[in-house]
Amino acid sequence: MSALSIVNARLIDPASGRDEEGGLVCEDGKILEIGDIIPRGDIVDARGLILAPGLIDMRVRTGEPGLENRETLETASRAAVAGGVTSVVLMPETDPVIDDISLVDYLIRKGSDLPVDIHIAGALTKKLDGKSLTEIGLMKEAGAVIFSNGSQPIRDAQTMRRLMSYAANFNALIANRAVEPTLSEGTVAHESNLSSRLGLNAAPSISERIMAERDIALAELTGGRILIDLISSKAALEAVKTAKAKDLDVYSSISINHLCLNEVDIGDYRSFAKLDPPLREESDRLALLEGVNQGEIDVIVSDHDPRPAGEKRLPYSEAASGAVGLELLLAAGLSQVAEGHMDLMAFLAAVTCNPADLLGLDTGRLNSGAPANFVLIDPNKPWVCASNNLKSRSKNTPFDGRRLTGRAVKTFYQGREVFSL
Amino acid sequence: MSLAVDDTILGQATRDYPFSKRHCLSVSDFHRVDIENLLRLGEHYLNLDVQKSPDRSVLSGKTLINLFFENSTRTEKSFELAGKRLGADVISMQVASSSIKKGETLLDTAATLNAMNPDLLVIRHSASGAPSLLAQKVECSVINAGDGMHAHPTQALLDALTLRQAFPEGLDGLRIAICGDILHSRVARSDVALFNMLGAEVRLVGPPTLVPLDADMWGAEVFHDMESGLQGCDVVMMLRLQLERMSGAFVPSKREYFHYYGLDRKKLGFAKPNAFVMHPGPMNRGVEISSEIADDPDVSLITRQVETGVAMRMAILHALAEAQPTSAEQRS
Repeated sequence: MSALSIVNARLIDPASGRDEEGGLVCEDGKILEIGDIIPRGDIVDARGLILAPGLIDMRVRTGEPGLENRETLETASRAAVAGGVTSVVLMPETDPVIDDISLVDYLIRKGSDLPVDIHIAGALTKKLDGKSLTEIGLMKEAGAVIFSNGSQPIRDAQTMRRLMSYAANFNALIANRAVEPTLSEGTVAHESNLSSRLGLNAAPSISERIMAERDIALAELTGGRILIDLISSKAALEAVKTAKAKDLDVYSSISINHLCLNEVDIGDYRSFAKLDPPLREESDRLALLEGVNQGEIDVIVSDHDPRPAGEKRLPYSEAASGAVGLELLLAAGLSQVAEGHMDLMAFLAAVTCNPADLLGLDTGRLNSGAPANFVLIDPNKPWVCASNNLKSRSKNTPFDGRRLTGRAVKTFYQGREVFSL
Repeated sequence: MSLAVDDTILGQATRDYPFSKRHCLSVSDFHRVDIENLLRLGEHYLNLDVQKSPDRSVLSGKTLINLFFENSTRTEKSFELAGKRLGADVISMQVASSSIKKGETLLDTAATLNAMNPDLLVIRHSASGAPSLLAQKVECSVINAGDGMHAHPTQALLDALTLRQAFPEGLDGLRIAICGDILHSRVARSDVALFNMLGAEVRLVGPPTLVPLDADMWGAEVFHDMESGLQGCDVVMMLRLQLERMSGAFVPSKREYFHYYGLDRKKLGFAKPNAFVMHPGPMNRGVEISSEIADDPDVSLITRQVETGVAMRMAILHALAEAQPTSAEQRS
């Protein structure tokens, strides 16, 4: 394969803190040189655009296998590269559930032809029943990078304790949704003045905090590594901060939706803004943005959850929750940066090197020897999101019609251009 | 006191330190000297000539009652055989068809049995501590044949005796790994206590879900992988993993358990060359131990453990009977 050089770029590598003018050379799918380079091979002039590592999206649902009407690996990969994402972690909520080494193996092989890295989150419990341990050791050997029970939290504390101590033995990372089911089951919105006026069953923020605190206490007991998955409230962030101050192996993730939107976006019962966890108050959103800036929130995910229109165009409380996001993760984040709410470096760290470190990947960084997965970003490009133009098979997004600032211009995977605006 | 066996090995061994325990409830009830004497007596009975034509006067006129609330093959039968070989009248209570099934409490059963004036009561019960409760309420000697997850002292003694046969220079300095379901194992708890007492270095190996959090404070080093756990071990003891614990509550599957913790040639290779393998039984072949290992007479001590069981239990019955006051003494 011939060499490819990018010149005149603003190189941003959150892993090393590098933010400087320069370029890079890659060959055979790897980055050879970076910084002050002598261009060779094919040359791409970046004209001052940002060159950053390809994004790693740690929370993606597709419909493969079993629910291909929502999304296939192929359509998801097209959406991913259009959003500057070059690695995705697939959630186990498929049909059948990814709770067996043969499915892990199948999906990894199926993904090997696609222009993105496909990683697998193995199911934490068989058929996601919340009770019986899965073959965490064997699935990890087969390539699963994290273990999750999908959108359902592990309800039983004894089961969670055993899962954490069992997984700790293999140094496997466990993700559990920060949701106390007895407080949140059957709810469709955030508990507040607004939702009570709208007459919606609502979940209190404290539901997140209770589950987060339980899992943190269990991590302390067992020495397990836990990702507090999809926090959406100040209350949960406080719990994570305290745990980090104690030096526990506790991490947290948040969806890009909860950094950009608040409960007011459900407005007149807009079911496309119905999410799980629900959108919360503006004060929560601002606190969470600050949490990203301070490095207290480790990972930002798209929480990509494709749903056919038929599941969304229903009365608000009957509609499915969830939104697609692979293509919008970067753009929505850059818009928050442009508005001055989020620090660019902190944002990029939360979608590149932080997830790479958590999952033990060699991607998510720009250094010589690393895989040549990167994205050229125009941080100032204004554009309007039109859901019909999204590459996903499903078009459910709360960002439809929104004005955004910044997006991916070109995406490179293993040294090859796989997307160009 | 009858000293009919004064010229035997117990008589010689206990001349300076008479065996004086009334019950056999837990390993930690015994002093190291008691243990040494019991093992020496066990060695005496290991001799098949002695075992098959023993001195039947040792327990003659004594009554031994087997009271097994949990199913057992080897333990119950070996006590029965041991008692009979030494001349005792042996009764095995059928718990399933007795009044216990009709709702009688343990203490009522104890009072009933006590009224029959037995001399030795062998009990197995699923509740930890049941034998010691019984011991407080009856006048005879109580032998714990396994209580819940607490203790199985006669198994530990026969394990030690088996090891003394395999290592004539004694257990001192041996490195012994006990592997598998430590959490639910009374054998592991008694073995750790006894092997420690005899100077061995004990290791516990198992998945974190099957090892109690504080097991490192039992006097054993805890490992969660076989490779480092078996390093340099002279003996590898595998424990049974009950089938219902393999389907997700403690361990995800048989397949994963055997992959990481089942003893096969490769994992045995991490131990010392010529290491011995033990298993208190009953085995789950293909789960915690491969048949190839279990049936290899060069490494497996498993059938020898059963053989030793009868001799060791004869020794225990003998010693307890010796320590009992004669009826003349009782009356005075």
